[in-house]
Amino acid sequence: MIYVGCGERGNELTDILVEFPHLKDPKSGKPLMDRTIVIANTSNMPIAAREASVYTGITLAEYYRDMGYNVAMMADSTSRWAEAMREMSGRLEEMPGEEGYPAYLGSRISSFYERAGLVTCLGKDQRMGSATIVAAVSPAGGDMSEPVSQATLKVTKAFWGLDAGLAAKKHFPSINWLNSYSLYVNSVEDYFIKEAGADWGELRDLAMSILQRENELDDIIKLVGMEALSLQEKILLDTAKTLREDYLQQNAFDDVDAFSSTQKMYLMLKCILTFHQEAINLVNKNKDVEINDIIDLELKNDISRLKQIKESDLDQMENILSRITEELPLVKNDGDNQEFGLNKVVSGI
Amino acid sequence: MKIWNQTIKEIAGSLVIVEKVKNVAFEEIVEIKDSEGNIRRGKVLEVDRDIAVVQLFTSTQGLENKDAQVAFLGETLKFGVSEKMLGRIFTGSGEVKDGGPKILANEYLDINGFPINPGMRAFPSQFIQTGISTIDGLNSLVRGQKLPIFSGSGLPHSELAAQIAKQARVVKVENGEKVVESDEKFAVIFAAMGVTFEEAEFFISSLESTGAMERAAVFLNLANDPIVERITLPRLALTLGEYLAFEKDMHVLVVMTDMTNYADALREISASRKEIPGRRGYPGYMYTDLATLYERAGLIQGRKGSLTQIPILTMPDDDKQHPIPDLTGYITEGQIMVDRKLHNQGIYPPIQPIGSLSRIKVDKKETREDLSAVQDQMSSSYAKGMEIKELALILGESALSDTDKAYMKFADEFEKKYINQAKSENRSIIETLDISWELLSILPKKELKKIKPEFIDKYSKNLA
Repeated sequence: MIYVGCGERGNELTDILVEFPHLKDPKSGKPLMDRTIVIANTSNMPIAAREASVYTGITLAEYYRDMGYNVAMMADSTSRWAEAMREMSGRLEEMPGEEGYPAYLGSRISSFYERAGLVTCLGKDQRMGSATIVAAVSPAGGDMSEPVSQATLKVTKAFWGLDAGLAAKKHFPSINWLNSYSLYVNSVEDYFIKEAGADWGELRDLAMSILQRENELDDIIKLVGMEALSLQEKILLDTAKTLREDYLQQNAFDDVDAFSSTQKMYLMLKCILTFHQEAINLVNKNKDVEINDIIDLELKNDISRLKQIKESDLDQMENILSRITEELPLVKNDGDNQEFGLNKVVSGI
Repeated sequence: MKIWNQTIKEIAGSLVIVEKVKNVAFEEIVEIKDSEGNIRRGKVLEVDRDIAVVQLFTSTQGLENKDAQVAFLGETLKFGVSEKMLGRIFTGSGEVKDGGPKILANEYLDINGFPINPGMRAFPSQFIQTGISTIDGLNSLVRGQKLPIFSGSGLPHSELAAQIAKQARVVKVENGEKVVESDEKFAVIFAAMGVTFEEAEFFISSLESTGAMERAAVFLNLANDPIVERITLPRLALTLGEYLAFEKDMHVLVVMTDMTNYADALREISASRKEIPGRRGYPGYMYTDLATLYERAGLIQGRKGSLTQIPILTMPDDDKQHPIPDLTGYITEGQIMVDRKLHNQGIYPPIQPIGSLSRIKVDKKETREDLSAVQDQMSSSYAKGMEIKELALILGESALSDTDKAYMKFADEFEKKYINQAKSENRSIIETLDISWELLSILPKKELKKIKPEFIDKYSKNLA
């Protein structure tokens, strides 16, 4: 792993330098620092060093890639790298382009990102090596139309958009699920089918469509209020809330919650969405069920605590899964119904 | 030895162009003597072949190029520092301004300082209590941090800065209940750039009235003082700060106001140097320049002291995307947002928790164990409350559930009891936490998702 702190805050780099030697590599058990290179460039260091820091990082990445390693390079932040280019360009008295950046900003950014890739190394043994770039862009005031963001989006194929609104709500990691994307979803599908389950793709699509629908319903609620929604839509909103709060949010400082294996992610999603479908089935069949009958279920509590289940106890999730399919159809079963019907008759008299 | 030459070619504004120079360095200090023998100082801005551009710290009025003499001193600007500077007032070029005796310097230090190697820094985690709930309770200030206040014109950031300067203390919480002031030495340095006479008077008198002046040093550059001093002033203040922190083991808080005036001075000088302007006419190197100031905050391994910064800036037209707040935000570790809406509601200090952020967390052992969780819960509940209030405006309150109503009540009470406090009210961190728990009791228990159940049991019990 190669971490480039490009024009970073001094205190943040210190945090990395102090913290990394204590972090244990989950694979080897050795300190994470043993397989990490940190390139520390603080914002008060000379400007030319900042411009060079990103190239230093990617050159090192290529060096290890050529030995057959899989290298991940993090660059935080390329906006400051671009600003270094702008500053040097200004000093060289070059003609400025958009927002004062040099006109060659776009081509520099593309030629940097194009250095990522998967290669067959030279030599007889056909080793495979790779370099992956994960770079942060910090657009001024969150305005994505600025040149660095646009030049970056042109060449990259996956985008994780951090959302200031989510951060204010302390939703971490604050990745906006609606505007983020990856064009590699199909490339990794086989992996997920093998590691997670055959229905991974369907689950993912369903979860995305629920979140998308929630966004549309939010607009309607703002105009006419909750009351106008159908029961099915209310259930969808509740599921979306569960997805947001109990699935997408992760606490980096919690030992269990900080890391989710593919298997755990899959099972959690499966539980949440099975609950959703069973709830929808239930209300389609049984007209007397109300939204609170579903929300107040004890099962709902278990689902919100799924993230606390340790990786070693994943079979507990299978348990919850079977409880969902067994218990949900029994909500407000016939017995209750009759009673309800009777009351109605009585009051009618 | 000074060698005087009569080689001034041209004088333009505050710039003096000197020819036939040899071995001159950037930032080198220059003295210029006029025909009457008065000496003015300046520094080298640019050297090209045998021509140097010198920027004077004072005006060039009355200088004549044929009989003025110039000498290059062979050193950059050094500042004589001493512990005795606490309790005193200085100008932007480091001269005594309060009419008192001159300072006998212990050491002469380069005002530009040196970048601290990140490998030699210690990571900040210790608490500074400002006595203001919205800072202590939601965005705690940590020793060695740089936490700016983003404000707008007409907002009470000066009052807030003065209150912080008066109340700030290094404290420890014992047994989770008692706040004890640490016996380590604490100093405040006030760097005021381009402020009005009135504002300067306000700062000094409010420091004097509470006796806080004893542990404070003030650097003043008024709105009609030379522009160049506005550039040197924060560097002088930070040089003194570094000396007190890293040589004299003190905890130093440097309050810098107003960074907008600093950036405007930078722009003015850049324009007179005929540099290519960047965004909104500010020089392209403004980010680097601001970083050389802000990055001087921190802790160094093996040294006991700390240097903490609170830069204050007024956002032109409350625009957060303006280059000054934007570039500042890239370098500093969070920001405190002063909000016009809260101010208009009569709430003081009008610090808006939504948008305010402190990127460095206080160590758990420093204050009380529940602080970090309560922090998260309070800000996210307030954000939710405000969202619901907006919704209620459109739909009417009748459309809200009981939980929604509780959130609305929470948001209102939060503004009235938590954000709002008197200008002389110094709340301890424990008092702030007590108010937090009182407010959280408005919400249903199952909504407190960010706090561990054992904390809820332990601390909500304290309530009557």
